[in-house]
Amino acid sequence: MRIEEKDYTKSFELKTWLRLGRFMKPYKWAFITVFALNIFGALIDICLPLFQRYAINTFVVGETTKGLSTFALLYTAAIVIQTVGTIIFCRLSMKNEMYIGRDMRHDCFVHLQTLSLSYYNVTPVGYILARVMSDIFRISGMLAWQLTDMLWQIGYVCGVFIAMLFLNVKLALTVMIVVPILAVLTLYFQKRILLWNRRIRKQNSKITSAYNEGIMGAKTSKTLVIEEQNCEEFRELTTEMRLAGVRAARLRGIFLPLVLLLSSVVTAIVLNRGGHMVLENVMMIGTLSAFTTYAVGIFEPIQNIAGNISEMISVQANIERVMGLLDEKPMINDTPEVIAKYGTAFEPKKENWEPIKGEIEFKDVTFRYPDGGENILEHFNLHIPAGTTIAIVGETGAGKSTLVNLACRFFEPTSGQILIDGRDYRERSQLWLHSSLGYVLQSPHLFSGTVMENIRYGRLDATDEEVKAAARAVSADTVVEKLENGWDSDVGEGGDRLSTGEKQLISFARAVLANPSIFVLDEATSSIDTQTEQLIQNAISYLLKDRTSFLIAHRLSTIRQADLILVVRNGKIIEQGRHEELLRKKGYYHTLYTKQFEEEKTSAGVLA
Amino acid sequence: MKKKKENNFPLMLRYMKGNVRWFVLALLFSVLSTVCNSATPQIISVTIDSILGSEQYTLPAVLAQFTTLEALRANAARTLLIAAGAIVGIAAIGGIGSFVTRTTTALGSEGFVKGLRDALYSHIQRLPYSWHVKNQTGDIIQRCTSDVEVIRNFFTNQLLEVIRIVFMIVYYLCIMFSMNWTIALISAVFIPIVVLYSMIFYSKINVRFRAADEAEGVLSTAVQENLTGVRVVRAFGRERWEVDRFNEKNRRFSNLWVELGKLMSVYWALGDLITGLQIMAVIAVGAGFAATGRISLGTLLAFISYNSALTWPIRSLGRTLSEMSKSGVSIDRVAYILKAEEEKILPNAETPPMNRDIEFKDVTFSYEGQKPVLNHLSFTIPAGKTFAILGGTGSGKSTIAALLDRLYDLKPGEGSISIGGVDIREIRQDYLRGNIGLVLQEPYLFSRSIGENIAITHPGSGLNGIKKATSIACVDEAIDTFSDGYDTIVGERGVTLSGGQKQRVAIARMLMQEAPVMIFDDSLSAVDAETDAKIREALGQRMSDSTVILISHRITTLMQADQILVLKDGELSEIGTHAELISHPGIYRDIYDIQMAAADRELLEDTDEAVKGGAAE
Repeated sequence: MRIEEKDYTKSFELKTWLRLGRFMKPYKWAFITVFALNIFGALIDICLPLFQRYAINTFVVGETTKGLSTFALLYTAAIVIQTVGTIIFCRLSMKNEMYIGRDMRHDCFVHLQTLSLSYYNVTPVGYILARVMSDIFRISGMLAWQLTDMLWQIGYVCGVFIAMLFLNVKLALTVMIVVPILAVLTLYFQKRILLWNRRIRKQNSKITSAYNEGIMGAKTSKTLVIEEQNCEEFRELTTEMRLAGVRAARLRGIFLPLVLLLSSVVTAIVLNRGGHMVLENVMMIGTLSAFTTYAVGIFEPIQNIAGNISEMISVQANIERVMGLLDEKPMINDTPEVIAKYGTAFEPKKENWEPIKGEIEFKDVTFRYPDGGENILEHFNLHIPAGTTIAIVGETGAGKSTLVNLACRFFEPTSGQILIDGRDYRERSQLWLHSSLGYVLQSPHLFSGTVMENIRYGRLDATDEEVKAAARAVSADTVVEKLENGWDSDVGEGGDRLSTGEKQLISFARAVLANPSIFVLDEATSSIDTQTEQLIQNAISYLLKDRTSFLIAHRLSTIRQADLILVVRNGKIIEQGRHEELLRKKGYYHTLYTKQFEEEKTSAGVLA
Repeated sequence: MKKKKENNFPLMLRYMKGNVRWFVLALLFSVLSTVCNSATPQIISVTIDSILGSEQYTLPAVLAQFTTLEALRANAARTLLIAAGAIVGIAAIGGIGSFVTRTTTALGSEGFVKGLRDALYSHIQRLPYSWHVKNQTGDIIQRCTSDVEVIRNFFTNQLLEVIRIVFMIVYYLCIMFSMNWTIALISAVFIPIVVLYSMIFYSKINVRFRAADEAEGVLSTAVQENLTGVRVVRAFGRERWEVDRFNEKNRRFSNLWVELGKLMSVYWALGDLITGLQIMAVIAVGAGFAATGRISLGTLLAFISYNSALTWPIRSLGRTLSEMSKSGVSIDRVAYILKAEEEKILPNAETPPMNRDIEFKDVTFSYEGQKPVLNHLSFTIPAGKTFAILGGTGSGKSTIAALLDRLYDLKPGEGSISIGGVDIREIRQDYLRGNIGLVLQEPYLFSRSIGENIAITHPGSGLNGIKKATSIACVDEAIDTFSDGYDTIVGERGVTLSGGQKQRVAIARMLMQEAPVMIFDDSLSAVDAETDAKIREALGQRMSDSTVILISHRITTLMQADQILVLKDGELSEIGTHAELISHPGIYRDIYDIQMAAADRELLEDTDEAVKGGAAE
């Protein structure tokens, strides 16, 4: 399992960030414009207090109103220019964010389509989903907004200091003393506030999953009479949450007033020192007022810079996670020669595809799973003529799926060869094989959409009539009849609105429509009532006809139809043969399937 | 006719009790800090006018009591120092006020939300099962999380914030009007414009936000479905098609946000423009007034400070107000849960012995608004025996278990169920459920360790007891193969167990209840036939005194029962022992024939005879 998160680096790593360059490149002009606009905006922001200074020095001290209207006009012009700049900046940044996110999601999704099933076997879906969705949200948001914000902030702070130096060097240097104090203060508190915020989020998700459990497990809780106990545990969670919430608020409650206090100290210093200068006539009063505005105005940008830096470092982890996903190598690759001839999964060259008959041969195959040590198959040989039905039986977890995974090229042999129609299947593309495959899973998976769409998944260009015919062939139309909107009924997410048996029938119809040369059925053990079971039996018989089929079977009736039965135990094939042969052999197969008959006999014996 | 809208506001106020004092404190201290913050511009103003300005000036009355203008001017250095000290001192007091405000707000807010969350959780635990069936999990969780968050925000942040901002506006305006009527008016005129502008914008854009959120949901679902269905995608070679479909949703989502961004950009920029114009107007007019001597320089500076201090609060006021208007919906959604009626537990109800005959008498039952599932059903389950129920989907077999455990109560006229002659509706509900062990077909395991799951009804019981239960349930070996054994975490955050393992863990959990009545509601369906037999054998040996009810459609599971009830469409079709039931034609024998192919039986008998024959020779 890969659930545990890696420890990600804590310090800034340029290498990680440079990898984003590829996604920013198409929008480089937008970025350049945004950066330019931000610098420009910062410049205007720096100029506004100078307007104020001018107004005081010229009009108030000079006791004249001449030029006041020109002043107002210029001031207004500055604001209007800034407004236009803001509009352009916002639109471009939003586009940058969304388009970069879109491109990254696209790349991840396409990449995921090429990753091997072995990857999916060990990686929980939620884990991948978080990478494709929330991690990318954070990265693109960061690139589009925080990065440019930071540019504005740095530009503004630097500009203000330059302006202050111009106005009065001594006073400017005095104000600068606060900067390191503010920086230290911000870093100290931000780290702690971040820590508590993280705790709050964690606690919050614990509470959410407690609700989830409380609701999903409501029936179970009732039958076990543990409601009071559940409530007790929940109260512990909320108590902890309250504690964390108050702590975080208290930290913020100390931090923000401290910053304000610091800004008052600066104001006081400026007033005191600047006042002396005004009295000594080294400084005009308007300049003093502009100074006060500047001194107070740099506080927020400086705080934000500190905040943005820590944000950037934390986003680095998101970048690493997404890049990790993109770096994941597919276990099964088509060689360049194969791609040249048969095309990729996205650009197939169907004109070069040979038709598939379905003869399969395992030739001296040795196999072990990439993540597991022991060999599951060793020098295994098996010839399956086209049209044969192979049943694989054994206990749960005995390794019945291995053969199917190999034959379908979901995994490749560690050594040896698998031939399809006499040629090593690695000489053809994966899509060539997969397109001729029909696959029905133990827990059949449907996609949200209508019944019609789901069946059509088997062959995209099928007409409505063909879809219906396929459904009728396996009695899936009985399911449709019961649904409110017939063929256009929505099956819900993952087919949730249908029962397992119904889903199975729909997935049979989907397979029929695909008309595959090779058919794989992972039979369900779960309970289906006898009536539906009959329908499924018939459907299976229909599907098996004239196809090479693999059945991971549980029902005796299914197994009995097989041309060859492979008995698997502890990952090894221990017996093979036809049903009658195997029973006569009195081996493991016999023990597996005689239990129920023995029981029957004992109860019949009581009766006799 | 339109239903009169209920006011659920008072219901929420219930959770405010005990927290009100925090909010009162918070309000008082926020007034303190607002007042302190307003002092700084005054100090600067007075300082400038009294010593730095050249024109004549009269000190404000408050100051004139202590000192004279001449005194201040004579010792300008000292005056500047005092002013600077006053600024820092007042800021410190204001800071303390702000600290207390934040802390008390958090105390009140966290207390309120804790009370609300606890109440919701415990209420949900005690709501009847039928309520849970009716409502969707995702929806309830949404109500308990995001809606609760909206309500918390409303009562503990937004309400306070609005009061604080309104106070601040009024207070600042008072100061400004007292200084100069005309300039104050210029500043005040902009306030309603900005507030209204924000309010209208935010309520308008809401629809768009929702559309974008929904598009995100669609996109996320698409990815998730592709990932969970990866085998299907590969098996049909549908990678290309999947990418095309994904692209379409991905593009739609991104474009919705880009559109939204266009609106937002205009809103932000126009907001900036209005505030900018306001500041400009105040500066220009103020400068003009100051130039002509109608106001002093200090007053002008104070005006500029007050005006810019109001800018952000005013802009956020509009937004806060429009958000607050939405919280009514959330309050109603949460009240929907809180107002649902809990299961009634009568503490004085009976607690009779449970190892008695169970009798269903003329039971007719239907789920809300549906046709009857059980129809005039009568039968008796003898104490201490094994009783089996066979039936297809929808035959009502699980309903029998649910009714016996009082997950649903029979209403008058629907017949009765009694244990030892006592109607189960007279029995204390928790006592009844505690004494009936019920294992479901798809059991729910809580996300904690396997050991804790099994011992959930007896927390803290020793490993020995747990191991005894797991050995009967034939899951001990499987648990031993996990690297953490009984400490392995299962459920959402842990190891995924197979269906059969889950069922067996649930059986072990039920066994810990040591209940005199045990119901297995199709709870061996995912277990292979061999293990199924083993479990039933172990049960028979070690729990021989208990009444066992087996519900299944697998003949082998049922056939050894003392009595088998065959259910069809909610009615009793046949009842008897296995031998009796197969001796004549009927549903039971039909199913039996389907499940046990005659050919196999003959074959097995053949080989058995052959072996026996060989041994005899």
